[in-house]
Amino acid sequence: MRSLYLALALCLSALFALPASAETAAEIVARNAAAIEKPSRQTIGPVIAELAASGDAQAAAILEAWGDKRLGQRKADGAFFIIAKSADGWALTDLAGADAGTAAKGDIAELKPNAGVRGLIATALVQFTLSDPDRAKRVAALESIAKDPKPEALEPLSASVAGEDDPVLRAQKERLVGLLTIRFGATSQARVAAIESFGRDPALDLRAALNPLVATTRIAFAGEPPAGANIARELKPGRDLTEAEAYDLLVAANLAPARLTVDEARHALAANLKDGAVGGVPLADLSRQEARDRAYNALEAAGTVPPAATDAEVAAAVAAHRFAEAYAEPDAAVTAAAAAALGRIGTAVGAMQAADLALDALSLASIYFLAAIGLAITFGVMRVINMAHGEFIMMGAYTGYVVQLWITNYTLSIIVALPLAFAVTFAAGVAMERLVIRHLYKRPLETLLATFGISIALQQLAKNIFGTQARPLTAPAWLDGAWVVNDVIAISYIRIAIFALALVFLAFFLWLMKRTRLGLEVRAVTQNPAMAASMGIDPDRINMLTFGIGSGIAGIAGVAIGLFAKVTSELGSDYIVQSFMTVVVGGVGNIWGTLAGAALIGLMQKGIEWFNPSNTLAAQTYMILFIILFIQFRPRGIIALKGRAAGD
Amino acid sequence: MSRSFFARNPSVLWFILILAVFTLAVTLLSDAYGVAFVSTSFVKTLGKTLCLCLVALAMDLIWGYAGILSLGHMAFFALGGYMLGMWLMYARTEEIVVAALAEGVLPATAEEIRQGIATQIFGVVGASELPPIWVFAHGFWLQLALVVAVPGVLALVFGWLAFRARVTGVYLSILTQAMTLALALYLFQNDSGLRGNNGLSGLQNLPGLGDVSQDRLSVWFLWASAAALGLGYALLAWVVSGKFGSVIRAIRDDEQRVRFLGYTVEGYKLFVFSLTAVIAALAGALYYPQAGIINPAELAPIASIYLAVWVAIGGRGRLYGAVIGAAFVTLVSSWFTGGRVPDLPLGFYTVQWVDWWSVVLGLSFVAVTLFAPKGLAGLFDLWQGLRAPNRRGAPLGPDDGALMEREARE
Repeated sequence: MRSLYLALALCLSALFALPASAETAAEIVARNAAAIEKPSRQTIGPVIAELAASGDAQAAAILEAWGDKRLGQRKADGAFFIIAKSADGWALTDLAGADAGTAAKGDIAELKPNAGVRGLIATALVQFTLSDPDRAKRVAALESIAKDPKPEALEPLSASVAGEDDPVLRAQKERLVGLLTIRFGATSQARVAAIESFGRDPALDLRAALNPLVATTRIAFAGEPPAGANIARELKPGRDLTEAEAYDLLVAANLAPARLTVDEARHALAANLKDGAVGGVPLADLSRQEARDRAYNALEAAGTVPPAATDAEVAAAVAAHRFAEAYAEPDAAVTAAAAAALGRIGTAVGAMQAADLALDALSLASIYFLAAIGLAITFGVMRVINMAHGEFIMMGAYTGYVVQLWITNYTLSIIVALPLAFAVTFAAGVAMERLVIRHLYKRPLETLLATFGISIALQQLAKNIFGTQARPLTAPAWLDGAWVVNDVIAISYIRIAIFALALVFLAFFLWLMKRTRLGLEVRAVTQNPAMAASMGIDPDRINMLTFGIGSGIAGIAGVAIGLFAKVTSELGSDYIVQSFMTVVVGGVGNIWGTLAGAALIGLMQKGIEWFNPSNTLAAQTYMILFIILFIQFRPRGIIALKGRAAGD
Repeated sequence: MSRSFFARNPSVLWFILILAVFTLAVTLLSDAYGVAFVSTSFVKTLGKTLCLCLVALAMDLIWGYAGILSLGHMAFFALGGYMLGMWLMYARTEEIVVAALAEGVLPATAEEIRQGIATQIFGVVGASELPPIWVFAHGFWLQLALVVAVPGVLALVFGWLAFRARVTGVYLSILTQAMTLALALYLFQNDSGLRGNNGLSGLQNLPGLGDVSQDRLSVWFLWASAAALGLGYALLAWVVSGKFGSVIRAIRDDEQRVRFLGYTVEGYKLFVFSLTAVIAALAGALYYPQAGIINPAELAPIASIYLAVWVAIGGRGRLYGAVIGAAFVTLVSSWFTGGRVPDLPLGFYTVQWVDWWSVVLGLSFVAVTLFAPKGLAGLFDLWQGLRAPNRRGAPLGPDDGALMEREARE
């Protein structure tokens, strides 16, 4: 019977205890009112933890309001409300989430927790947002943690992994837990395990987590390394660092007196100038460093200036101390694992960087190819130097800009602009051929100059019409963004489109030259106009058409180039030298040569930029030097025409 | 052979006479030595124009006579300016630094002066050490030697590489243009040692002549430029008048044939290329102290093309043509772009010459190339009643680059 009573009592107590543990958030707040009114970082922790653990949906709202300084206390009865500014004071919401009317401004005391408390609140909130039913909020919470990793985030994050049912987010959470563990894990084993778990992942966030672990500072010490220092390697003065650097470390660590600078010496000497001499050295002599040293030593011996370290003392001090690179991270096992992981990643990243560089080079090459393919026709096939080719590119880009003024749908405007640019520059090319170049076929150098005159005029004309500022030529939205393979390899869609366009033009050129009547006649006329004419071909007409097509292609290239470069009147002249280089390096008169030339120049330029990433100017300089040297060995380009076609 | 050089080349005496009269006239009209009719800035413009005439002469020798359309001679011109500018800037800064340090209690050490100069010159590109290429900048004669040596050696090396590989015609033009572009891009870097795109400035202040007014300096420079132009003209007239001149003209007209005749074509071309580069550099060394500032934009490929434009408009293949072209185009250009020409109202549109001058220049250049290949100097032929037989555009020589009028006259 007694046992029965006992069981009943237990059941009853359990019944009574149950509501106690399932207190609502409002009750918890009310119970801890005193602590909440005057919170401090030390005392408020349990209250926040209790709130967070209450399981009440309202707890998150309360914590959020508290952190945002939107929690108020009615002065009359000490009740807490979530407050919002309204016209005549505060609009109140009670802690259960129900509307509680309004209150006058003076009736409510706002709670203003300090930064430390707000930090605790924010951490507690993380777990709510991490398991928020709204997926977008969870994503945002993950992003905010990833952007600004904090030690406090680790625990709630790992707690939320189990409850995550979205596989993508779950993977992200697990990854983030790993990254946070690397940095803030409790034990060295846990951190090493986390580092190992990533293998050779080349992602940026992993490297961002690992790199601070292996960051070192230089330290100087006498005798044994200071306790707790995690030494990466010892440095030998003279080999790993200069004596001056070593001494500066000693000075910085207060292990040696500062060296006398030239400025200080001058001030000291000037201050001790007496009767036209310093320390017995006449003033006129002090224009030599050696005399100044002598004077300073004399002053030092007399005790008027503080002693300065001499070279011998510096050497002795450096010899008496040891120097080392020390990790900022004290845990040796972690730093070793991190260094090993970075080494592993390094090779993977190197391979991917090479791939990315190749993609970049390919895209640059296709831009050069696009700019040069028109020239491959006018210069390569017809041997007409057209210095205004760049201006045709510019005209194409401006055509695109004008079309966009009328047609606001970017996709449609590009579709209209491409043939229109071809038409405009085709007409310009034909006009130029008829009016100028026709008369100069026998005088190539003068063609160069005359077309250059046209280039000056066209450039200034564009300036007069469109002004000097850059005009936008906007790509359609579907060309925005980039194709991202991983953190290292990425290429924008515009560049892919230009690559595709270059391929299309290559195919078009080959088809035109090898498969059409026009191509046949063009080749005939360029090889031997007189013979072609006697076969019934009209050389004038063919020249005109060929030149027009070359110019028209330049116009289309202009639209493509305008999509990623700024459209100015100088757009063309930026490309003209490179375009000619492409054709000349590749080998005049052969489209495959132009392709090879563009590839070579693109690869070269990116390759040189890779050696010296900060300096694209130097890259261009060295590339041009390389081309000048290249012409030495293959004066006729990569793919040289042989036999009669070479025109020798 | 009995006739003297001047008798065979009457244009030399005429040219020097006109140049002397011109210089004297400007001097007498200047602020410093005359009736103050011509402003100092215009005297500087005239002095600079004379330097441009000199470089146009060089261009005429290499293009008009040797048939090599170099699009890199303005690079040599600017290099010459840079070399002399280094001394001007160093010596001038040294004066300022020494004066500033003399204010201090102690006499300055050589090291302090050097440091002061380096900070003064290179503070703008964030460096405080003199780059190694400034090692000669303290000495006028050393740096003057570099004015000749640097462009000369560059031309020699570049020319040797290009001519050895038998790069000719338009290919050579493009290659020289690439060289100019490479040089300009290199100088645009801040760590090139020549102050990046800031260039060298304050060159109009001559070291040691701080108390001489710019009025007088401008006239002195005019004299120097005129003397250089006169000497250059006589030298080039002498170079092209003898057997050497015949060979280089022959190279222009048919390079292969000259080679088969046993001449070392590459050697002749290399000599002409380097000689003209040196002349261009000397012209630049005289030009930039009058301009006062030099920066890498001066090396832009377009500058060299404009040089070709001057020579073509003036009339290539004769020395006075180049001078006329350079003087005419630069003076008219500065007149039009200076905004002093009244606008031309067309009713529906007002032509502002500042905006439209380049268009006119470009088109007139096309017109000259097409209709008057002899350029302005061709007017002298008309005046003398010389006229080429009308061959209806048929070439005279077998080579594409052959000029048409020269043989017709001789």
